[in-house]
Amino acid sequence: MTLTHRLIAPGWYRAALGTILGFGVGMGLVVAVRAAYGWDPLFDTNAIVTVGALIAAPIGFLVGIGCFDYWFRWAVGAPTVPEDHSGHGARSWRDYFRVNTDHKVIGIQYICTTFFFFVAGGLMAMLMRAELAAPGTQFVDPNTFNGLFSVHASLMIFLFIIPVFAGIANFVIPLMIGAPDMAFPRLNALSYWMLPVGGVMMIASYFAEGGAFATGWTAYAPLSTELPLGQQFFTLGVQFAGASSIATALNFLVTIITMRAPGMTFWRMPLLVWANFTTSLLVVIATPFIAGSQFFVLLDRSLGTHFFDPSINGDVLMYQHVFWFYSHPAVYIMMLPGFGIVSEVISTNARKPIFGYRMMAFSLVAIVILGFTVWAHHMFVSGMQSWLRIPMMITTMLIAVPTGIKIFSWLGTLWRGVIHLRTPMLFALGFITMFTLGGISGIMLAVIPFTIHVSDTYFVVAHIHYVLFGGSVFTIFAGIYHWFPKMTGRMYDESLGRLHFWLSFIFFNLTFGPMHFVGIDGMPRRVADYAEQFATWNAIISISAFIFGLSFLIFLYNMIASWRHGPLAEANPWRAHSIEWQVSSPPPVFNFDEVPTVVGGPYEYGVPGAVHAVFKEKAPAGAVPTPAGGGGAPPPAEG
Amino acid sequence: MNERDRDAEAAVGHQSEYGSIGHPEEDPRIHGERHPIARMIAIGVLASLVGIGISLVIDWFPVGASGAASDVDTVYDVLLICSVPVFVLVMTIAIYSVVRFRARPGDMGDGPPIHGNTRLEIIWVTIPFVMVTALAAYGWIILDDIEAKQQDELVVRVTGQQFTWSFEYPQERVASSRLVLAEDRPVEFRIRTRDVIHSFWVPEFRLKSDAVPGLTTRVRLTPDRVGRYEVVCAELCGLGHATMRQDVRVVSQSAFDAWLDARRQAAGDGAAGGGGGGGGGAPDGEAVFTANGCGSCHTLADAGTNGTVGPNLDEISRANEGYIEESIVEPNATVAEGYPRDVMPGNFGDQLSPAELDALVKYLLEAQQ
Repeated sequence: MTLTHRLIAPGWYRAALGTILGFGVGMGLVVAVRAAYGWDPLFDTNAIVTVGALIAAPIGFLVGIGCFDYWFRWAVGAPTVPEDHSGHGARSWRDYFRVNTDHKVIGIQYICTTFFFFVAGGLMAMLMRAELAAPGTQFVDPNTFNGLFSVHASLMIFLFIIPVFAGIANFVIPLMIGAPDMAFPRLNALSYWMLPVGGVMMIASYFAEGGAFATGWTAYAPLSTELPLGQQFFTLGVQFAGASSIATALNFLVTIITMRAPGMTFWRMPLLVWANFTTSLLVVIATPFIAGSQFFVLLDRSLGTHFFDPSINGDVLMYQHVFWFYSHPAVYIMMLPGFGIVSEVISTNARKPIFGYRMMAFSLVAIVILGFTVWAHHMFVSGMQSWLRIPMMITTMLIAVPTGIKIFSWLGTLWRGVIHLRTPMLFALGFITMFTLGGISGIMLAVIPFTIHVSDTYFVVAHIHYVLFGGSVFTIFAGIYHWFPKMTGRMYDESLGRLHFWLSFIFFNLTFGPMHFVGIDGMPRRVADYAEQFATWNAIISISAFIFGLSFLIFLYNMIASWRHGPLAEANPWRAHSIEWQVSSPPPVFNFDEVPTVVGGPYEYGVPGAVHAVFKEKAPAGAVPTPAGGGGAPPPAEG
Repeated sequence: MNERDRDAEAAVGHQSEYGSIGHPEEDPRIHGERHPIARMIAIGVLASLVGIGISLVIDWFPVGASGAASDVDTVYDVLLICSVPVFVLVMTIAIYSVVRFRARPGDMGDGPPIHGNTRLEIIWVTIPFVMVTALAAYGWIILDDIEAKQQDELVVRVTGQQFTWSFEYPQERVASSRLVLAEDRPVEFRIRTRDVIHSFWVPEFRLKSDAVPGLTTRVRLTPDRVGRYEVVCAELCGLGHATMRQDVRVVSQSAFDAWLDARRQAAGDGAAGGGGGGGGGAPDGEAVFTANGCGSCHTLADAGTNGTVGPNLDEISRANEGYIEESIVEPNATVAEGYPRDVMPGNFGDQLSPAELDALVKYLLEAQQ
């Protein structure tokens, strides 16, 4: 292939060209406008970076890599390239670096990309713990430190937890509901490719003049409207990650609503499908709010608007209201898919139906609704109207009710099961433990007199990590181990998996447990330096954090080595009932040679002969169709 | 066919397993054990008591130095007493299940197909609901108690700025860069900021409130323990956030009055020294340095400060008055090598009177010698 061909065909050469062209167009626009107004200097770095590097270049990249080819042809009336499916599926590792519309390829692209950012964010955490190992300044100056925790949190939230769930769901959901792919495969590919753009932008902020954005991931105005150029990388990076998130959520909604296999009623859907359905509702409704809050900041910074300038009637608290109207539901965006994963893992490994299936689904819906009524509990000391704190306290505490339903139902599922303590199950059980602790400290944080004291302290840092690491990330590990055989067609190493679990579990607690103590004792969060009295605990926390960080290498080795050389996996190594396990591992390129028909609930363990779905020819004689979750019609007697 | 398969088949014999949790005594794995649930309850109660005991013995909080402290500490104790049993409950069931119901090697059986139990589900919706509602009501009552207006409040205006606090006592016509309070005299803090959001927090008082641009927020408390504490900025406010800490002293009423007098005296002297009040006098450069919080970012041996956010002022070139003035008024004009731009507030030119600016520049020059 000649260079010209390469620059015309979608791919990395054209992406590089598109990036450069995009930057050029953006820069030209800025210079032209400044020249027209007669502004000096003509070449303004801030404006050129914002328009050229952060807006136009990424769009050029997306066009170049090939996300829009089909739509462009269609829009201009040119003959579209008929999909011959030759690009479907992945035959070598190179195929994962191309635009691909296969949901299984996209799922793995998502997972690998997000774990890359997880490692990047984790290394930043290690640097922070090195700095915090002793009072005073060790390795990094305060500006770098503020950048470290800001980029760390942003990567972990926007580039790891939220999208890795989208990745797992991307792979699993169509298989679970018996669909050949997602509803909008090309939109799916675009969603994926917007993600690394946002992530690279956030990391690249370290190279901006004045250092990385240093406002925390919350980016409160007016600090965020005043800090140097690096802030712009966050403001715009979030837009790409957010657009990716919204597009994926729409895709899930349409897929789940319209593409379920015959017989797959809502009450026969596995709880992971329910979880992603409710999560997608949250994303679609809430994510535009963070986009809005960051656009306000962008406009204040770049165009000189006064949304957050109180001297010209701007309202500083408005930022926080709009921001948390997304960012509190975001906590559930980061948790509900994990609930779904844990339900699958526990039911399969305890060999029992989910206890109270319908209540499990209802509690997800209840969390979605309540989740929109609690945002201002992040603002108890913010100076907002003081009466507003009371209803927010009550709604916040009420979320404990549906969450409690889930915890108790999982325990009910464990009770009298036949429990197989495989790695995913260990992580699911670890999740129940850690998430219960995180939930309890969450209730404490809802009680206003206590939270006035501990807000913005390490107590909050401990709480959020119990919920998001002990909670979400443990479910992510559970999910990755659980579906690893399905995704790669190979088995992971069970003993390494267990070692990974126990090291993570122990050192997670040693790292984040003591943060409760130092927080209540008066150590504020987001500080590069602290009073002498906290030195001992911080040294212990740092040492635990390093071992905790190292334990991840075991996971990484296990995944890479097993993917390359692990023993081949059978179609259904866990003897699970849901549909994705009824096809080969890895699944055929188009998932199903024949569309399955769903005849019963997804968790009918212990019901002799029960199956969830049948493939016409292969329907076992005497299969007993059963309703999901009981409570419906009793299983018809079959002889 | 192993025992459990038979068990499962027996279970399917019932029309639906909804509304039953099975009969534990039917399960061969807990057959030998009399009253497994009673035993779990006993273990759970014991573990809860031990857990509550330990959690109450731990000394969680810094010393309490305001009326609110004991209330807040009690709230936390109540929360612990409610939380420990919940955690123990979850753990007891989880650990018991894992130990007792773990699959033996080669066991390919399933558990009984129990789909749920309406009565249990109603219980575990109702009890948490009642618990959190009661806690919320309790929290509300305590909150009202803490925030109630007091008689004879001393008003203190707190102003945050990057990266320092300053205090004014409007009733007493006194301003100060350190916070001094009288024991048992109720205080109302009116909190403002000159730049970004800060948060005014004294851990020993247990209360905090953000300082928000465009708003005045209020905190009420009654200091009740003589001692030396720290105001800590709890909201990320930029480079010097970590070191934005300042002294608070709680003293006896008489010592407080004496301090007020001394402050008035000093202010009066300053004005009188210039020949007739009204701000006509030459301000004291060191006072300007301290009052504007320069020391939270800059080291200056003469003023006894050791901030490291900005350049060390003991090492600036001493012959250059113009450069010092420019650096104060327009910090971005020339930024010392190794320090980032846009960190030092750019509004000192507006805040300082020409006389103050002059005095500050002179002081910085003199402090070198």
